[in-house]
Amino acid sequence: MGLDIRWPIGLMFTLIGALLAIYGVARPAGSVSLDININLVWGIVLLVFGVLMLAGAVRGGKNPPSA
Amino acid sequence: MEPIHLHQIDYTILIAYVGFVIGIGWMLARYMKTSSDFLTSARSIPTWVTGLAFISANLGALELVGMAASGAKYGISTAHFYWVGAIPAMIFLAVFMMPFYYGSRARSVPEYLKMRFDERVRALNSVAFAVMTIFASGISMNALAKLLNQLLGWNYNAALFICSGVVLLYVLKGGLTSAIYTEVLQFFMIVLGFAPVVYLGLKDVGGWHSMNQSLQTVATEHGFAADAWSSAWKPVLAGPASNPMGVDIFAMIFGLGFVLSFGYWCTNFLVVQRAMAARNMTAARNTPLVAAVPKMFFPFLVIVPGMIAAALCTLPDKNYRIPPPPISQAGYASAVDAVKNASPANVDAGVAAVSAALGQKVDPAKLGSLIAANATGKLADDQIKKGIYNSIDAYDYDGVILSLVKKYCPPGLLGLALTALLASFMSGMAGNVTAFNTVFTYDLYQAYFAKGKSDRHYFLTGKVITVVGILLSIAAAYFASMYNNAMDIIQLVFGFVNAPLFATFLLGMFWKRTTGTGAFLGLFGGIAGSTVFHALTTTTSNLDAAGHVLNSMKGGYLGAYLHFPSEMAQNFWLASFAFTCCLVLTLVISLATSRTKSDAELKGLVYSLTPKIKSDTLPFFLQPGVVGVVLLIVCAILNVIFW
Repeated sequence: MGLDIRWPIGLMFTLIGALLAIYGVARPAGSVSLDININLVWGIVLLVFGVLMLAGAVRGGKNPPSA
Repeated sequence: MEPIHLHQIDYTILIAYVGFVIGIGWMLARYMKTSSDFLTSARSIPTWVTGLAFISANLGALELVGMAASGAKYGISTAHFYWVGAIPAMIFLAVFMMPFYYGSRARSVPEYLKMRFDERVRALNSVAFAVMTIFASGISMNALAKLLNQLLGWNYNAALFICSGVVLLYVLKGGLTSAIYTEVLQFFMIVLGFAPVVYLGLKDVGGWHSMNQSLQTVATEHGFAADAWSSAWKPVLAGPASNPMGVDIFAMIFGLGFVLSFGYWCTNFLVVQRAMAARNMTAARNTPLVAAVPKMFFPFLVIVPGMIAAALCTLPDKNYRIPPPPISQAGYASAVDAVKNASPANVDAGVAAVSAALGQKVDPAKLGSLIAANATGKLADDQIKKGIYNSIDAYDYDGVILSLVKKYCPPGLLGLALTALLASFMSGMAGNVTAFNTVFTYDLYQAYFAKGKSDRHYFLTGKVITVVGILLSIAAAYFASMYNNAMDIIQLVFGFVNAPLFATFLLGMFWKRTTGTGAFLGLFGGIAGSTVFHALTTTTSNLDAAGHVLNSMKGGYLGAYLHFPSEMAQNFWLASFAFTCCLVLTLVISLATSRTKSDAELKGLVYSLTPKIKSDTLPFFLQPGVVGVVLLIVCAILNVIFW
């Protein structure tokens, strides 16, 4: 199929990762679990994953033709 | 459990996911031109995508919920469902069976059966499969709607229709490709959504080693050897009385590891369809191998949470219990009143009143001390409620995973974990519906009702059947809502239908003498055999003191001639029996009937008549056979580590 799945995966996790990380930075009350600012940590993990996926999609060509 | 309050951030994540899923459907819609595009993805998808979809189609929410439940009930032995019950079969599918599925150019598993045997075998298999997918999808949607209802306070009907509507929207637009793509998205959602829960849980119990120490307490409290929860093989090898599953080694290896596992992974079109959508033979054979890698490590994601929960229960300062069955807020309110009205002088009456208000058994000692505490100094309603919650003497293991999500996930992460769960429910429905529409359109509609129509006709039929499939799933969801233990029903149906099926494939693919009549009657015999086996056997716990059967859903309704220590053992033995019935019948009847297909007709369908695939373009270490052996070794090492 014409759509490279890495685009939606990359975009979605970049978006969600960024949201979580920003939320983690803002640290509203009750958003810390076991003394870890897990939203910030995990937001960054998701962000990195999303960007890697996007990088893969860009390298693979915009929309590779189906084989 | 108390309803969960979602914050704006959680809803934003949820909506973002739904938006992306629908967006994928929309983006794919312009590639959907023929029935093959819609129903089989026109064999065009890269291996890593089909591989992750292969694993994801099976990783439904019921598995997430059920595996955590089993992890709490049985400990690390639950991993046998992966290391024994999946990996070997997935490798067998890749190395030995995929060449026939893919090479025959069949569009579905029933279609392969028609090519190999005849129309009767195809009809039997496709009808059984169609019914099964609808039920599986309905059960999954019912669980989702119930969850949203209890957890977030959404209306059951609204939740059911909205979620089905989302699935309908993207499957109708993008067909199988849509389902496969969202399954990949779901795979990452689940891994990335649940990994932090496992991490936080392990940190809370003090790490892996401390968890295992707490699990020793759990095991001895239940009257087992200390390692019954923390060792995978030792308790099973010690016999059914020594492990909480109540399973013997033969049932584990032959029943689960061979019959059930191969019956599911090698013949179930739901998963095989993902591999058949691959772009070439090598990609198709590599699909289950790619899938086997994450599958092998899933126990750490889905079973360990259950073990964490069991361990937490032994640590009083963690203030955790396995959640009780869901009870309405009104039930709790009247139970609080009952505690307030109870007198410490007559605890029994108080216990009876609270128990009646909740509709559940309560622990008299715990409730007694709550009543006494309330009598000495008036407690706040919330404290009483908490006390009541802790004294309920019933356990809803299916609630384990959510109770951990709730305990460890702050707003934000909570949205991610819940979205992962929701995603797996919805893609469970999508997976079943896309398998259903292919089988229905090609194997029932095209085969028996409308032969030789234009492709456009089948393309539109496929779309209509998608809608019908979703509607039937909704009906099945309402049906499932009338039964409590949906997982047991699925297991039962899989046992009846899938267990004998693998015998048919094994003989069909590897013995050219197998005839259509032999396969058809053998399959019937196998299904009949499992039904009779279920009717004549039950579990020990399902018998009252006089030996009468308590619940006929658990078998024995025609007489309990054999009883097993657990339902799981009964299931494994049932599968073994059904398989043997089918194998023997097919063998004998095949020998007694004459062949209807010549060697030339069976080329590409039977092992001995098909030229061996030589993929010279692949280096030695990437050949499916070699990769399969390497994966088996890694799997064996995992077993040894957790022996």
